[in-house]
Amino acid sequence: MALLEVRDLRVAFNTPDGVVEAVRGLSFDVERGTTLAIVGESGSGKSVATQTITGLTRGARISGSARFDDTELIGASTKVLQKIRGNRIGMIFQDPLSSLHPYYKVGWQIVEMIRAHDHRISTAAARQRAAHLLSLVGIPRAESRIDDYPHQFSGGMRQRVMIAMAMALDPDLLIADEPTTALDVTVQAQVLEVMRNLQEQYGTAIILITHDLGVVAEMSDEVVVMYAGAVMEKGARRTIFYDHHHPYTEGLLASLPAQGDIGARLTPIAGAPPSLISLPAGCPFAPRCRYAFDLCWKETPPLAEVYDDPTHLSSCWLSSNREMRHLDREHADETDAQAQAAEPEEWSA
Amino acid sequence: MSDPLLRVEDVVKTFPVRSSSLFDREHAVVHAVDGVSLEVMPGETVGLVGETGCGKSTLARCIARLYPLTSGKVWFQGKDISNLSRGDLRPVRRDIQMIFQDPYGSLNPRRRVGSIIGDPFTIHGIGSRKEIKTKVQDLMETVGLNPEHYNRFPAEFSGGQRQRIGVARALALRPKLVICDEPVSALDVSIQAQIINLLIDLQDDFGLTYVFISHDLSVVRHVSDRIAVMYLGKIAEVSTADDLFGTTRHPYSRALLSALPLPDPDVADSRERIVLVGDLPSPTNPPTGCRFHTRCPKAQHDCVVTDPPLEPVFDDPPTHRTACLHPLAVGEDLALAVPHIEDSEIVADDTTEGGAPLTERS
Repeated sequence: MALLEVRDLRVAFNTPDGVVEAVRGLSFDVERGTTLAIVGESGSGKSVATQTITGLTRGARISGSARFDDTELIGASTKVLQKIRGNRIGMIFQDPLSSLHPYYKVGWQIVEMIRAHDHRISTAAARQRAAHLLSLVGIPRAESRIDDYPHQFSGGMRQRVMIAMAMALDPDLLIADEPTTALDVTVQAQVLEVMRNLQEQYGTAIILITHDLGVVAEMSDEVVVMYAGAVMEKGARRTIFYDHHHPYTEGLLASLPAQGDIGARLTPIAGAPPSLISLPAGCPFAPRCRYAFDLCWKETPPLAEVYDDPTHLSSCWLSSNREMRHLDREHADETDAQAQAAEPEEWSA
Repeated sequence: MSDPLLRVEDVVKTFPVRSSSLFDREHAVVHAVDGVSLEVMPGETVGLVGETGCGKSTLARCIARLYPLTSGKVWFQGKDISNLSRGDLRPVRRDIQMIFQDPYGSLNPRRRVGSIIGDPFTIHGIGSRKEIKTKVQDLMETVGLNPEHYNRFPAEFSGGQRQRIGVARALALRPKLVICDEPVSALDVSIQAQIINLLIDLQDDFGLTYVFISHDLSVVRHVSDRIAVMYLGKIAEVSTADDLFGTTRHPYSRALLSALPLPDPDVADSRERIVLVGDLPSPTNPPTGCRFHTRCPKAQHDCVVTDPPLEPVFDDPPTHRTACLHPLAVGEDLALAVPHIEDSEIVADDTTEGGAPLTERS
């Protein structure tokens, strides 16, 4: 059994403009000791989904299920959730400065967190553990830096402190929500390295939420691609990068600047993501999809197996046969080339 | 060979730091840009890359004369513009325009798009109201916006469209040089590609020259003819885009390239990764000698004392200049390098000390 099983999760918020359906039927599993990457652009619902699982969304309309090791998290009491959060599910967020309390010493914050979950541990022992954790994530002179305040640490160091805190109680699952987005690339490389080492050492499962496909390629075992609150495609890392089925995944990868193709025009996805208020029927990606046909506008495609691979799911009406899908692609390339020759570029939507 | 459109000569820009202590007489100074020289030829795109605090944005603002220079010279079209007064700068400003990172913060939310894009015409007193409107609508069409949206407010546009508005405004006076300061960093990948395409097309159509600033190496590599890698206010390495990626000379450039996550699992699994030690030192008190020596896997004793000049190393062409005393030879493995330097020699402030082992292979 998987460590975390999310089934048909739906999250909606009431706003003055109408109901925002942030997550619309999300299902995925996280296996022990593996990394699941959730990729998507802003507004795809990737953060809301994981925040809902850990009970951090307020005032939302939630349905569906999220079973964590036999405990149902959706609708669980605060008491149950508090026991699991920190203890069994650790979390790190994008902005390490606002995740740490500026008034308290870093060590104190870790000690407090350890003691909140383990009432029997002495302050001294907890402090020792905190120092050990800080050295584990690569903070030099951890014993003395434990008495520093958050502002005395750099951005990368703060994110290490956050990881130390999230790992303090040896959780089974670490949810990392854009953990390196605010960091420079060389510092990002350091932080990813720390996460990789900890996973190897402790067998922690990781949900990595990111918009950076480069980070996904480096870190993940499995990938979930989200768009407009729903899963577009799901599969093993190499499958998603080299053998994807869904036009959105294809478009995302194609829009990245390729190596050795300097100065050439890129292939963007036309248009912009839809508003999540009163989404029309059909596939949410249809308005931007170069393959869209009648059915796409009428009915939402189910998340179904493609290319005869039970671990590879795609939510798309295009043929699940690899050869047929390839023909579709060739056909679309031809029509696009003709259209481009015939008329100048349209205004952006 | 034609004359450079822009010549930056030994530009220094420092900012005073306000001290929290009343009695602190020695006011600290941030050395944001510390002696940068750079030439930009007409029609060329020069990329500036580097991490937060390396001074790339400050340099851009010095070029556009949004900041007064502390010292040094900026020549534009053969004319020294570094000490021009506000009034004398005005005609120059028509030729140098900027595109900013944040498409939300750089547009006044209470003004209509038409008047935002039309501002440059109004400011420089070009055309009647009617003429301006036609010009603005032409511009909107050029950048891929619907001219009928002339009377809308910025809030009615998406992030990508707002960036198009910013581009239209920058292009209004047909500038020669456009400084793009992280123009796509705030945008989602699928939209990023749209804006990069737009910038490439406009360069072809109007013969623009770009100074393109980004922390995203893959984007910079894609658009730039030449790239300057900056570290702590100085240029570490400058060369054509191909050379920089092909024969990387500076250990910092190599580390920066290797830290860039590539969206390709095969490459990600197989390539050598160089994880640098620690963080960027504080620019108020930059390290002596070569500024990178506190984090450099190849650092030697002389790096602590000698500030290396920016010049061709080995048999590099004059277009490829590196500021390093111990540059990388072709095929040299930086991951195997061990710094020959005592810890006590490294004078750095507290936040700079590194954690993870020096270099690692994965």
